[in-house]
Amino acid sequence: MDLLEFARGPALQVAAIIFIAGLIWRLIHLFLIPKKIDISEPRFAGGRAGGIRTIFSRFLHHGEFRVRTANGSALAYTMHLSLAVVVFGSAPHIFFIESFTGLSWPALPNVAIHVAAALTLAALLGSLIRRWTHPVLRMLSNFDDYFTWLVTAAPVVTGLLTVAHLGGRYETLLGIHILSFCVFLVWFPFGKLMHSFIVFGSRYTTGLTFTRRGARV
Amino acid sequence: MTHATDQYPLDSSEQRLTVKDPHPRHDTQGDLSPDERLRRAMANIAKNINRTTATYMEACVHCGQCAEACHYYVQTHDPKYTPIWKLEIFKQAYKRENSPFGLFYRLFGLKRKVTVEQLGEWQELLYDSCTMCGRCSLVCPMGIDIATLVGQARHGMFKAGLIPDELHAVAQRAREEGSPLGATAEVFEDRAEWMADEHDTEVYIDEEEADILVTMSSIEIMKYPHAIGATAKILNALGEKWTFRTEGYEATNFGMMAGNVDWQKHATLKLIDAAVKCGAKLVILPECGHAYGALRWQGAAMYGKPLPFKVQHISEFLADVIGSGRLKVKKVDQTVTFHDPCQVARRGGATEAPRVVMEALGLDLREMTPTGDLNWCCGGGGGVVTIHRADKLRYKVFELKMEQVLKTEADTVLSSCSNCRQSFNDAIEHFNWDRKIDSLLELVAENLDEA
Repeated sequence: MDLLEFARGPALQVAAIIFIAGLIWRLIHLFLIPKKIDISEPRFAGGRAGGIRTIFSRFLHHGEFRVRTANGSALAYTMHLSLAVVVFGSAPHIFFIESFTGLSWPALPNVAIHVAAALTLAALLGSLIRRWTHPVLRMLSNFDDYFTWLVTAAPVVTGLLTVAHLGGRYETLLGIHILSFCVFLVWFPFGKLMHSFIVFGSRYTTGLTFTRRGARV
Repeated sequence: MTHATDQYPLDSSEQRLTVKDPHPRHDTQGDLSPDERLRRAMANIAKNINRTTATYMEACVHCGQCAEACHYYVQTHDPKYTPIWKLEIFKQAYKRENSPFGLFYRLFGLKRKVTVEQLGEWQELLYDSCTMCGRCSLVCPMGIDIATLVGQARHGMFKAGLIPDELHAVAQRAREEGSPLGATAEVFEDRAEWMADEHDTEVYIDEEEADILVTMSSIEIMKYPHAIGATAKILNALGEKWTFRTEGYEATNFGMMAGNVDWQKHATLKLIDAAVKCGAKLVILPECGHAYGALRWQGAAMYGKPLPFKVQHISEFLADVIGSGRLKVKKVDQTVTFHDPCQVARRGGATEAPRVVMEALGLDLREMTPTGDLNWCCGGGGGVVTIHRADKLRYKVFELKMEQVLKTEADTVLSSCSNCRQSFNDAIEHFNWDRKIDSLLELVAENLDEA
């Protein structure tokens, strides 16, 4: 079994199992914790709708905060959006997803994927530099922040190297790329990558609470 | 030869030689061993965890954007004032003891145990430098309500006997005497009688039956007693059947701010019992921010069931009766700006009510920037105004408020919170500032159109 076969086979299977089991456990754990019911008389009845609205409205800061948070937001948006373009827009990734789910969609042109990957990498580097240099971020940052950065950046870098055939045989590079994705999957449920799921719960909860009160969310 | 400790570096830039940051010297209550303090704090953290708090604890991505909404960080640029950092040791405790992978964290030593020294160090962050104004909760991209978490962290700190002495003393006095400022029932009755004379109106106390139970804050009773007369005058002009009750006249809740749930419940139940006894359909809360949150939004949880009456902040009540045309007011030729009390506006949802009243009064309202739900806190909420060692920091953050007010070019600041009013007056004296702050309630009472 060569590296690529190992990566595509057992490594990916084990990573997927850890990812799914970890994800389920982390979410079930949250749902097993008792919920505190708010029995105050609501000012507005539409709390649930407010919760759902907040899931979307928090994608953009209130105007008051936009200038002060501009750098962080720009990096975060660039990283997330361009990464999404790379993950869901490139032909090999679509084939990969199709092989598991049967779902397929048209791929974006290679040039768009290359630009998006470069942007992702630039934004990731920018985020890392910011985390090191901004006093607040430096103080808040822990192992989870840096390791999550590493496991996110690794598939992007190895993917670019694979596409460019740089640093080794294509099959070897592809194997490394898939392995780096496996590490990403394994780490996902343990660290802050889980925010991609938990964000819905936390935004909804706050939206629900403050919509009931008639306050801004 | 001995050397001074470098734990508290000397600041020679000040005229009076001082240490750069005197705050880390925290207060303790009770004769508890460090282990017992830690055990109590941790037990309380575990007890307080519900799905909402766990979700919030899990959601933070360390983006640091909450710092940009916090007046303490914005005014000092000290990263330790980043709102989510104020919860760091509680996140650490949650992850180690209660999170889904807590076992791994403990087994492999991935998260260190919180120490009693850390709890002591965090006292300043949880009490001196957080008014629980909730501005950070509005900026968090994950939607974490940081102010609520700070409130819950204070529960653990109280159990561990690790809160600022002044706040503890004030809360304890409120529990024992019924008022944090010595406004006992007898004192209140005396002052109510005085205000009835002063305002030439009737003040009803301990009526057996009433539609409305009216409450006051201790700050009003002792420092701004005209609030009593003003409220009475307005309710009498409306012909309401109302009363104060000596078993539940004081609406502040320092137990809540200190972090003692038992004291919070005791204060809340006094108001609820008083309202139930006289059959009130409505409880009017005074010009006090946290009193509103304590009864309006947390009262039912303390009672264990929905409240059998409506609860309104006085500004909401005024907006209703003015808006419906029941109460007529004269126009006032005055330029004002309005300071939104955080717990009534941002955290309470009653942001528009005072503006309805001010419009009816015909005031030239110059809004601050930002205003309403996004307004800056005065720096005195959350019990901070009681903590003397926090004064320097409080004045520093008040400079932000001064800047806001000056930009409006208004002569007078109006507010509907006596605690904010007290913070303003204290800062006005400190800075020798040529502005004044008045009560919206009193302005209405002075301008009733009784023709």
